[in-house]
Amino acid sequence: MPDTTTAERAGFSADSGSRRSERLRLFTEPVVVLAILGAVLVWAFTGDLDDIEAREINAANILTLTWQHVQITLAVTAIVLLVAIPLGILVTRPWAKGVAPIVLGIANMGQAAPALGLLVLFFLLTQQTGFWVAVIPIAFYALLPVLRNTMVGLQQVDQSLLEAGRGIGMSRFTVLRRIEFPLAVPLMLAGLRTSLVLAVGSATLAFFIGGGGLGELIDVGYKLRRTSVLVVGAVLSAALALLVDWLGGLAEQLLGPKGLR
Amino acid sequence: MSETNTAPKPGGESDRATSGVEIRLENVTKQYGGQRHPAVDSVTMTIPAGETVVFVGPSGCGKTTTMKMINRLIEPTSGRITVGGQDVLRLNPDELRRGIGYAIQQVGLLPHLTVSQNVGLVPGLIGWDKSRIAERTEEMLDLVGLDPAEYRDRFPKQLSGGQQQRVGVARALAADPPVLLMDEPFGAVDPITRGNLQDELMRLQEEMGKTIVFVTHDFDEAVKLGDRIAVLGYQSKILQYDTPEAILANPADETVAGFVGAGAALKQLTLRRVRDIELEQLPTATAGEEPAAFAARLGGRRGAVGLVLDERGRPLRWVTRRDLDRSGSLATAGRPVEDSVDRASTLQDALEALLTADAGYAVVTRSRGQYAGVVGLDSLMGTIRALREQYEDEDGTPDGRPGDGPGGSDGGSGAAHA
Repeated sequence: MPDTTTAERAGFSADSGSRRSERLRLFTEPVVVLAILGAVLVWAFTGDLDDIEAREINAANILTLTWQHVQITLAVTAIVLLVAIPLGILVTRPWAKGVAPIVLGIANMGQAAPALGLLVLFFLLTQQTGFWVAVIPIAFYALLPVLRNTMVGLQQVDQSLLEAGRGIGMSRFTVLRRIEFPLAVPLMLAGLRTSLVLAVGSATLAFFIGGGGLGELIDVGYKLRRTSVLVVGAVLSAALALLVDWLGGLAEQLLGPKGLR
Repeated sequence: MSETNTAPKPGGESDRATSGVEIRLENVTKQYGGQRHPAVDSVTMTIPAGETVVFVGPSGCGKTTTMKMINRLIEPTSGRITVGGQDVLRLNPDELRRGIGYAIQQVGLLPHLTVSQNVGLVPGLIGWDKSRIAERTEEMLDLVGLDPAEYRDRFPKQLSGGQQQRVGVARALAADPPVLLMDEPFGAVDPITRGNLQDELMRLQEEMGKTIVFVTHDFDEAVKLGDRIAVLGYQSKILQYDTPEAILANPADETVAGFVGAGAALKQLTLRRVRDIELEQLPTATAGEEPAAFAARLGGRRGAVGLVLDERGRPLRWVTRRDLDRSGSLATAGRPVEDSVDRASTLQDALEALLTADAGYAVVTRSRGQYAGVVGLDSLMGTIRALREQYEDEDGTPDGRPGDGPGGSDGGSGAAHA
């Protein structure tokens, strides 16, 4: 980097301790997670499996359920991004000052209510089962972090920057696009990371209303008292959550504006 | 209340290049909803093309509001504002602002953009092509004294406060706007950096001749930078709008006098240069001459002072008659000349040199250090007296003779009669 300061060249780092530990985590986390996951899978596949276990613990079933889980997570993320970011931008416009607390209040309720409760309520309301019936309430549940961080991220942009932008002839939209949005990106990404983890976790509940996912393994293992199935389901969903969190961290490192890092 | 304030043109500035345009405010008022009194009440003034006009006044007096109405960051409630003859209220505000440079105290550099991206913002908004923007950016960084190769790709947080403000000024000037609005731009930097930035701005303005509206609450800054100063009171009421010389010499009322503060005479000395006044001459001798011969030339008057020069005409020593009587050689007689000023120095510098040299005179030298003459206390006092009388006359005060004291024969006197 051309911008190394003398202090950095002398061996000091301007990074705070938390940022350094964050970087360390970015390298070690996936390695540890994959190692544990591999060990559990090897243990499960090489063990003595009865009929029920064999039906659940096989490559085809595990891959299908994992893929369903990932699909739910992706769909939830897409909805969260498409709803929370535009909503966050809208309610932080000066003319929408009055609406912001109401929107934030509703999103708070969404997160405060138990995810399972939301799922069941939505099922009762729609009398439907399946993928989208699971995805929509989970998205509502996971909406808040992105919404709140988008709002805070936009609000914390220094007023003098907005004034400077307007003062040199940027339109309101240009100020939003070239100043407010890029400066809010780091906080938005942090919110997204939290939302993603919430989404992966809540997706284990999707099986209740026929949405599939790794929750099925946990359910079967628990109800039929097959520990190996239970452990594989639990470890897989935990590993998935950690990996998603890792990806979120990576995105924060790579996508945030360079001048702020 | 409405007042017309068209101050006379300051003298001696006409040779400066002018790329600025005239700004006119006519009965401009800003009334915020829910407030009984307007923030700015019917201001009328003309800001001449190519001049630096400083709005100075206490905080909350409406000076910033008045300035921001020129580029419509604040919309006037009533009145008319024209920039270069165009009614700003009829223009698209965004396009209007792209044609007016804008620099603020917080600088407002975008932290996620590099220095060159920041400088190139306005040209980009206007739609210049990339290579032209790049070229212009380099030129602007050069102009404000930042080496493009070193600073181009830095981010704002990698710059000092003074450097950031330089980039801020470069950004404001990048699209070559005829008008520049500056809102306390040097308010947040340390005094030494502020002085440098002020000098730099004056140098730039000398080349560019923009119309600059500069807001500050620091009267000394106003005196230093302004071709004219508008002293504003509550609701942006114009208390006095005139050249710094005139305001210092003759404040319009108590409030202005209070704002000018103590030491008005000393501040006036910063506005005049040694070349503006007539130098006095003292008897001189070269170091090789006989003391007795010089003593004869010095005469018998008590307190008479002479100067010993070296063989190239540079001042060496102060000598009095008594020194000469006691000493065998001019090279060692009297006291050494420690401080001198040149013709570009301000009279304040001359006063400083005068006070520290116990001969009672400040030596003035030419470019290579040769003796040119001296400035005595009488010339300084005469200059100030002349300034006062000149501006009193302008007011119609029936006091005294026309301002033509020693040294008052050029410089600011043009301001009164142009």
